[in-house]
Amino acid sequence: MPAEQTTAAAGDTPGNGSRADSTAAREALNQVDHRPGSAKPDPIVVADNVTRQFGGLTAVDVEHVEIQRGVITALIGPNGAGKTTFFNVLTGFDKPQSGTWSFNGRPLSGVPAYQVARMGMVRTFQLTKVLAKLHVVENMRLGATGQSGERFLSALLQRWGGQERQITDKADKLLERFLLDKKRNDFAGSLSGGQRKLLEMARALMADPELVMLDEPMAGVNPALKQSLLGHVKSLRDEGRTVLFVEHDMDMVRDISDWVIVMAQGTIVAEGPPDSVMANKSVIDAYLGSHHDQDLSEDVEEEIIAAAEAEIAGTTKTEERK
Amino acid sequence: MDFQTILSLSLQSALGPTAVIYALAAIGLNVHFGYTGLLNFGQAGFMMVAGYALVSFPIVLGLSLWLGALAGLLLTVVLALLLGVPTLRLRADYLAIVTIAAAEIIRQSIGAATLSDTFGGQDGLTGFIEPFRALNPYTGSIGIPGLVTWSAFDFWVMTVGWVLVAISCVVIWLLMRSPWGRVLKSIREDEDAVRSLGKNVYSYKMQALMLGGLFGALAGFITALRSASIGPSFFATDVTFFAYTVLLIGGAARVLGPVAGSIIFWFLISGLGIFFAQATGGADPLIPASIMTSTQASLMRFIFLGLGLMLLMIFRPQGIFGDRRELAIDAR
Amino acid sequence: MHVGLTRIAALFAAFFVAVVVLSGSAQAAVPSVSAGGSAECALPEATDDDSISILVRICDRRDEPQTPVEGVTTIVEDSSGQVVGEGTTGADGTAIVDLPGTAIDNLGQSFTVRIDEQSLPEDTQPEVLERTVAINLDSDQSVTFPIGAAEGAGSGIGVQAAQLFVGGIVFSVLLAMAALGLSMIFGTTGLTNFSHGELVTFGALAAFAVDQLPGAIRVGGINITVAVAVVAAFVLSGVFGWVNDAGLWRPLRRRGTGVIAMMIVSIGLSIFLRNVYQYLAGAQSRNYSQFSATQPWEIGPILLTPKELIVALVGMAMLVAVTSLLQFTRLGKATRSVADNPALSSATGINVERVINLVWIGGAALAGLAGALLGLTQGFDYQIGFKLLLLIFAATVLGGLGTIWGAIVGAFIIGLLTELSTLLVPAEFKFVSALLVLIIVLLIRPQGLLGRAQRVG
Ligand SMILES: Nc1ncnc2c1ncn2[C@@H]1O[C@H](COP(=O)(O)OP(=O)(O)OP(=O)(O)O)[C@@H](O)[C@H]1O
Ligand SMILES: [Mg+2]
Repeated sequence: MPAEQTTAAAGDTPGNGSRADSTAAREALNQVDHRPGSAKPDPIVVADNVTRQFGGLTAVDVEHVEIQRGVITALIGPNGAGKTTFFNVLTGFDKPQSGTWSFNGRPLSGVPAYQVARMGMVRTFQLTKVLAKLHVVENMRLGATGQSGERFLSALLQRWGGQERQITDKADKLLERFLLDKKRNDFAGSLSGGQRKLLEMARALMADPELVMLDEPMAGVNPALKQSLLGHVKSLRDEGRTVLFVEHDMDMVRDISDWVIVMAQGTIVAEGPPDSVMANKSVIDAYLGSHHDQDLSEDVEEEIIAAAEAEIAGTTKTEERK
Repeated sequence: MDFQTILSLSLQSALGPTAVIYALAAIGLNVHFGYTGLLNFGQAGFMMVAGYALVSFPIVLGLSLWLGALAGLLLTVVLALLLGVPTLRLRADYLAIVTIAAAEIIRQSIGAATLSDTFGGQDGLTGFIEPFRALNPYTGSIGIPGLVTWSAFDFWVMTVGWVLVAISCVVIWLLMRSPWGRVLKSIREDEDAVRSLGKNVYSYKMQALMLGGLFGALAGFITALRSASIGPSFFATDVTFFAYTVLLIGGAARVLGPVAGSIIFWFLISGLGIFFAQATGGADPLIPASIMTSTQASLMRFIFLGLGLMLLMIFRPQGIFGDRRELAIDAR
Repeated sequence: MHVGLTRIAALFAAFFVAVVVLSGSAQAAVPSVSAGGSAECALPEATDDDSISILVRICDRRDEPQTPVEGVTTIVEDSSGQVVGEGTTGADGTAIVDLPGTAIDNLGQSFTVRIDEQSLPEDTQPEVLERTVAINLDSDQSVTFPIGAAEGAGSGIGVQAAQLFVGGIVFSVLLAMAALGLSMIFGTTGLTNFSHGELVTFGALAAFAVDQLPGAIRVGGINITVAVAVVAAFVLSGVFGWVNDAGLWRPLRRRGTGVIAMMIVSIGLSIFLRNVYQYLAGAQSRNYSQFSATQPWEIGPILLTPKELIVALVGMAMLVAVTSLLQFTRLGKATRSVADNPALSSATGINVERVINLVWIGGAALAGLAGALLGLTQGFDYQIGFKLLLLIFAATVLGGLGTIWGAIVGAFIIGLLTELSTLLVPAEFKFVSALLVLIIVLLIRPQGLLGRAQRVG
């Protein structure tokens, strides 16, 4: 599978050097244990004992996790497993009750979200957050970092024209890549749900992040576009970036991820390359369901619905406990 | 009914000192609310602090009026800091309530009898105007005879005021087309998105609060200068509400919105006021006293104002000149 | 919703701590150099000479307005403790102590003004015995010493506090009713209603209108016109709430108007209604027909008028009724579920619009009842609700907007605080202290005491 990926991404990859790097990073994963919390050869993110409770509900309780640099890691798990909450904690949007976590070796607890982003760890949101009353290209420009025109005095003295042109060039290239160039001068609020996902991802890339964190990037994106998005995500890796994404679409997970981490009820229950994880009994029980490979026939469907109902009844109980 | 007088007096107030005050206050609110989405309902507090600083320098401290202006600007910045620290992390509706409360705290404290030695209590302060009056280059009455005229002093206040408004508009225009302005507008749309892109949202909100407060300070100065006195009643909560109405008439997040809004607002308010005063005044009033007395007539413009604000917000939230697609408020 | 008793108890404990802390700082914040407006205990005239004088004023604050205290010896010392002057208060309660030397000599120095406790009238006790005055200005300085009743002599600070506490409870109950309405409407519709004060005024006005109808209603020889008027106000306010919702807010919700836009509409409505009220009722303060001050009961050292007691009891009963309704009935549960998540409630078969309409009726009826009862205790004018609005907001925000218990807890904190703060700061600062507490609480808990933080992402 790795071989396939490199060719698929070959369309718009930068230099060969970084591609070699990413291949090396992926190969390094071969040595890693397939168990929750295993150590990686070159981790970009390390988290220890992170817990986040909402009232009586423990949304996140991660003992130890490491994210390998230069590869695509998928974070999967049932609804309410705590994936988004874990994202929020890592990126400074939420404060955990306890725990430490670091990015590139720099501890991040207590670091505000905007500084996390400046360090090179940029995330997107599950529910898209486009700036509806700004044009698409303005959305993109906002993403660029280190703009002198964002300082009050330079803004007042109009010392930003040159940089703005460079930023616009970069924005236009990205828009083209994400097939949004025709929407360039539309209000972002007029975009469709899938287009918003694309815009958000493109905007995050304006910041040249080292680590891109995508919360369900494929939700609501049509199959054809999904294919090209997969290519983009892979090309990110081939540019030398690290990608961590949450996704429920197992085809995508299988297709592009180099490593998969499974969360359930706040804890990490399994880790490993996609194939081994998806064959894991506990993952099938907790998340995939025993029929995840089959088409739904009627009796299976009933079974699943019954299981789902039992599940829902269970969650309502926990809800009420709050 | 004397329409000539109505037109003349309406014009007088539409371009007069009061319109200047509300234009400046609304320019400040435009930075807060129109561009950044901060629901500051305490603009009257900023105006009051600046106005009292201006006046206190000569009256209480015996220093120059111009130093007072400088101090007023500095104090508004300090007030923005003090107010911003507890409020800028709050949700929009909480922010509205806390800022309104803060303005009321300022008003009741400065107007308190306990402090009347210093600030003159409910009566306020007077007797500071000389240095400003001394600079007045005009004499007699000025304007277009037969249509609209102002006293020399009013015209002097207007000259200073409209110059300040013009400078303010240029500053706003320069800022809001820059990346700095883009960050503010983005915060209005979704501050978490802005945060996720590495911008210090808190710092930008604080800058916006200060900048808008400074325009409020200018409004406070003109308030004190135009009546040559200052008092707590000049800064009631309704002042902020009227300034919001002005902003919404002209269109939020437009550079000239507050200016157009203020002119229209005061044209209509005085027009209505004079119309109803005439309709109920005289020996044989148009509207009999059993329906409306002249005291009740003076309320009619505010009844229309309240109604107008509601209808405006419901049917034309983008303001008279605004573009609905760029609407700063989520009104649909 | 499941707020344990312990949590509420903890909140009250926190509140008392807050009162103590606030009062301490508030006292420090009240400038020692002060002057008052009341003619009865007047500010002394400044002396017309070169030197600086210290004008001492001693007021008995047991009376309202405060009265001057005669024959009290005051001593002025410089910073080294050297006595530089003495004086005795005259019939106007003031004493003038000239400082030695010219104005320039004394500029920048500070002096301590003491009153001789022995020279005070028998049953009194000073709240402060000495104050320090810094001379920064070339003009006379005035110093005020408020004198209260001696402790144990019938109405010391403890009794005063108890008396204010009783008044605070009555006020809190009324505030809680108004706040509950605001909070319920916010919870179900997201509207921060700036015209809620006008619902309160409506109740007061409606009761007044019924009260003014010709003739009196008697049952067995007892004139119950006012009682009928209050009940009518309650009902009419409910109708008014329905009109508000059906005529304005429901159509706006249908259009999908945003919450901030609705907030601004409510400001317009507030200005509109307030002026209509003034148009109809005039600007003067009014009382109901049976307003006449009744003889208060003496319960121990505390005075309580029957009217206050009835108002408090009616209010309490109302609060208990409404909260149990919300807690235990199907409708109440539906209301809370709509407040929690309107979309989900509607999907589970709750008629959200009906619930919101009922909340409007109930919320407005509560607010109107609060207005009528408030008018009964202290009279009213067309602005009574508008003046109360900030305190209603403070109460709901303090507890956490949209939470039912939060509104009630917040109202009691704010209500008691406004009354009790007058123990320590001049009465004119009582709103200020309540609003300051609001800001301090939000500094610590931005979502209010019982509110929940919002989810990101
Ligand atoms: N602000 C909050 N307040 C209360 N509970 C919360 C909050 N945020 C999340 N939760 C709860 O925490 C749990 C984890 O939520 P989270 O959003 O992290 O799940 P998730 O794994 O992202 O699910 P999904 O795949 O559906 O997006 C859920 O039970 C949710 O109800
Ligand atoms: Mg999620």
